[in-house]
Amino acid sequence: MLGLNKKDTSLLIIVALLTLLAPFILNPFPEGSAMAQFNAGYPDLMQRFVIFGIFAIGFNILFGLTGYLSFGHAAFLGVGSYSAVWMFKLLSYNVIPAIALSVVVAGVFSLLIGFVSLRRSGIYFSILTLAFAQMSFALAYSVLSNPKFNLTNGETGLQVYADDPQILQGANAPDLPHLFGLPMRATYTMDVGAWSFDFNAGYYLCAVIMMVVFYLAIRIFRSPFGMMLRAVKSNQQRMNYTGLNSKPYTLAAFVISGMYAGLAGGLMAAMDPLAGAERMQWTASGEVVLMTILGGTGTLIGPVLGAGFIKYFENIFSKINDNVLHSWFAFLPDGLEDAVVFLIHPFIGKGWHLTLGILFMLVVIYLPGGLVEGGQRLLNRLKRKKTDADDAPSGKTEPAE
Amino acid sequence: MAILRVKDVSKRFGGLKALTDVNLNVEENSVHAIIGPNGAGKSTLLNCLVGKLMPDTGSVLFDNNSVLGLEPFQINQMGISRVFQTPEIFGELTVMENMLIPIFAMRDGAFRMHAYETIANEKAIVEQAEVMLEEMNMADKREMHAASLSRGDKRRLEIGMCLSQNPRLLLLDEPTAGMARADTNNTIDLLKQIKEERNITIAIIEHDMHVVFSLAERITVLAQGTPLVEDIPENIRGNPKVREAYLGEAA
Repeated sequence: MLGLNKKDTSLLIIVALLTLLAPFILNPFPEGSAMAQFNAGYPDLMQRFVIFGIFAIGFNILFGLTGYLSFGHAAFLGVGSYSAVWMFKLLSYNVIPAIALSVVVAGVFSLLIGFVSLRRSGIYFSILTLAFAQMSFALAYSVLSNPKFNLTNGETGLQVYADDPQILQGANAPDLPHLFGLPMRATYTMDVGAWSFDFNAGYYLCAVIMMVVFYLAIRIFRSPFGMMLRAVKSNQQRMNYTGLNSKPYTLAAFVISGMYAGLAGGLMAAMDPLAGAERMQWTASGEVVLMTILGGTGTLIGPVLGAGFIKYFENIFSKINDNVLHSWFAFLPDGLEDAVVFLIHPFIGKGWHLTLGILFMLVVIYLPGGLVEGGQRLLNRLKRKKTDADDAPSGKTEPAE
Repeated sequence: MAILRVKDVSKRFGGLKALTDVNLNVEENSVHAIIGPNGAGKSTLLNCLVGKLMPDTGSVLFDNNSVLGLEPFQINQMGISRVFQTPEIFGELTVMENMLIPIFAMRDGAFRMHAYETIANEKAIVEQAEVMLEEMNMADKREMHAASLSRGDKRRLEIGMCLSQNPRLLLLDEPTAGMARADTNNTIDLLKQIKEERNITIAIIEHDMHVVFSLAERITVLAQGTPLVEDIPENIRGNPKVREAYLGEAA
């Protein structure tokens, strides 16, 4: 279907089902129950799942296929956000031109940065991209925000003001980002018994876009171009002596992943019409690296899983505070309760990064292929159990790949 | 007619004269070996031919076009394929993909943005790769990762990848270095077979006399950066100058 083989088609269908049914899947616990704080099915978080999913899918095209580790991809995300907000300010609150411009501008921006950074490979490439991203951050944070020429509005962040031109903004159009009149914040809440499910327009826009770009990523992975990118990672020497110029290949991959990042940035601004410099900071670049590695570098679904995983834990763990802990461990004797809460305290709330760090270490050490490898091992083990049960003593061991 | 002409090539590395006034002609459809003791400049000469090094003086003409100053991929596109001392293949890719890449490179040139097509739809190229794998006796290994092949198979694959581009000149850099005798003989047989079946010129840089004398039609002996003699194998074997270069003056 759609020019994909069977396996990829079923992967695409699974992803489509997961994203479309996310409001149900992410809200498994009834409203008001003790477990309700583990629900992730509210619009803001679901939007972030898919937006960072897009960001990571794009990053994986560069890092997973060519092996070039960019530490500056947040710069393209930020550029995308700024472009989108400028579109809101100048044209109208319609998200289509905003998202289109953010992709184009991020593409041009990544062409420039990629052209220079790709003169080097390995750690030097990473450092160059990091340097460019930090320069962009500094530009956005202070240099490009002075009274004479205010492109980024510095610390405050770029936002839409009442006196902005918005030349195409219709009289009746909503006064916040919308898709031909449908506001991104529009949410339909469905109550089923004790459960409540939110269906948010912005989320579904992001979800549809993610499915499209996920499909494109599969096409790239399976194309001759994708094969050449893997050849870059595998052996550049052989590539050059086979009559292939590796530079335009890596540059193309860099620009594509930059455009994915720009798209993610544009969508972020479309969900919440604000762009701040902190989006370009190196921590944001590092986050997408974590997502990709955690999920499984070079796999199709890995980056999406990694993005969801990190964003989920970021939100859920940081929401838990000492009061919540006390209520959980109330059944323990007083002294013990305090001790347990004291022990867990550093890992929750603001300390959730500590939890993330430990999880990341565990994954990298025990599952170098990320969550995808974990899933595959689990499947293999189940399969083996099944075959073992079928023909009892078959001491066959399959290598986990 | 000489397909490769090396004229007055010199190369210095600081105070070391690696090559001095090297003149060499490789005739079309011949097997030409370049031999010499360690440090004679064989590898430097090879690197000057493939665009890795730029000679200080002189010229290198392939089919009457200069290759100097060109990138390795441009030289390959002119019709020169190189086999490395240690097999250079795409280890993380499957054997089949290894074979597809050079064929794509030959059809599409140094770069093409074919990001939306699928490989399976390129029937002509897949078929060509399958024929080549068949010819190299590797069809049963097509789904294996190239890195997990044996040393001899890696060499076969690399040679197959080079041949799939139908190069006019095949450069081999010590193709049997580090191989067991049996693997060496297999490689010799493979190269002989290639020579018989194809319209190809082969230039070999080699250490192993057994390989050189079983394959070469002409031999150039390089010593201290200059060609000592160039002749047919029979005359090289007994040449006192060659013995001297290899064994030292006392011999």
